[in-house]
Amino acid sequence: MVGIVVVSHSQKIAEGACELALQMAPKAKIAAAGGTKDGRIGIDVAKILAGIQAVQSDEGIVILVDIGSAVMSSETAIDMIPDNENIVIVDAPLVEGTFFGAVEASVGSPLAKVIEVLKESKNYRKI
Amino acid sequence: MATKAEILDFIKIFGDKMAEHRQELTDLDQVIGDGDHGINMNRGFNAVGEKLPTLADKSITEILKTVGMTLVSTVGGAAGPLYGTAFMRAGESAKSKEALSDQDVILAFDEGVGGIKFRGKAVQGEKTILDSMIPAIDAIKKSIREGKPMTVALDEAEKAAWEGVAYTKTIIATKGRASYLGERSIGHQDPGATSMAYLFQAAKEAAQKSGK
Repeated sequence: MVGIVVVSHSQKIAEGACELALQMAPKAKIAAAGGTKDGRIGIDVAKILAGIQAVQSDEGIVILVDIGSAVMSSETAIDMIPDNENIVIVDAPLVEGTFFGAVEASVGSPLAKVIEVLKESKNYRKI
Repeated sequence: MATKAEILDFIKIFGDKMAEHRQELTDLDQVIGDGDHGINMNRGFNAVGEKLPTLADKSITEILKTVGMTLVSTVGGAAGPLYGTAFMRAGESAKSKEALSDQDVILAFDEGVGGIKFRGKAVQGEKTILDSMIPAIDAIKKSIREGKPMTVALDEAEKAAWEGVAYTKTIIATKGRASYLGERSIGHQDPGATSMAYLFQAAKEAAQKSGK
């Protein structure tokens, strides 16, 4: 199953997005990497690395990010993994992307399909 | 020539400066960023400071790479991957040498700035760390080319870095959190360029202390 890592400056946002997605897709391989080690707002590359390792999958991993240095920090974490060609940061809204991605991944869709669904989630209309 | 002891001293002095200027950097960042640059750099270098005693017998490569890894995993903001990648790349360039020649020092700075450009996908003139770092490195190269000693080169570098910091007040941020402010970022100096100027100040002081 494709793994999902949710990267946010806020631990609560990362964990909340995972919580919401797991309610719908309880079997999803999903990890929250939010906030700094000492519980502040910020990004911790070590947490992202641990998240990637926690959802390790031959089928690939997608990373969802919030703002600012979340992308740069995720890229740094990916660069630290030797076999990293299947780990992809996807441009998608964090909450909706985590939700739709978890559902898609948990039904066994391949990486390319999960990425496609995540990208589409950017166009998801609420009204 | 930069010895291992001088490099360790430089790291310690830079860490002390990040503690000393923590509030100043944070205040600068509060105006155009997320207001944590001083706090983050200080936290990162506190973690580096704890590791320094264990690094005394390691190679220059290992010292710089450990500093980089520690910053990446403890800073908690954009400065972590940026400074961290710079230190790691500089470390790799040192190729486990016991001391660095002037040319090795220049190479280490070049690799460091290359790491920041790579990681931040930035160029000079975007109101970032690069706006003090690139002029400073250019000043080192010019001084060494003119046959001046490294202490003089680093003194020139620090001056160029502060001129770069002043320049960041005049331009619009197009990278990082400050870019969300657009034209409103004009008139404010970049916190990352400022912390980088302190890095060159620390390098100068470390070189002067060893009397070369």
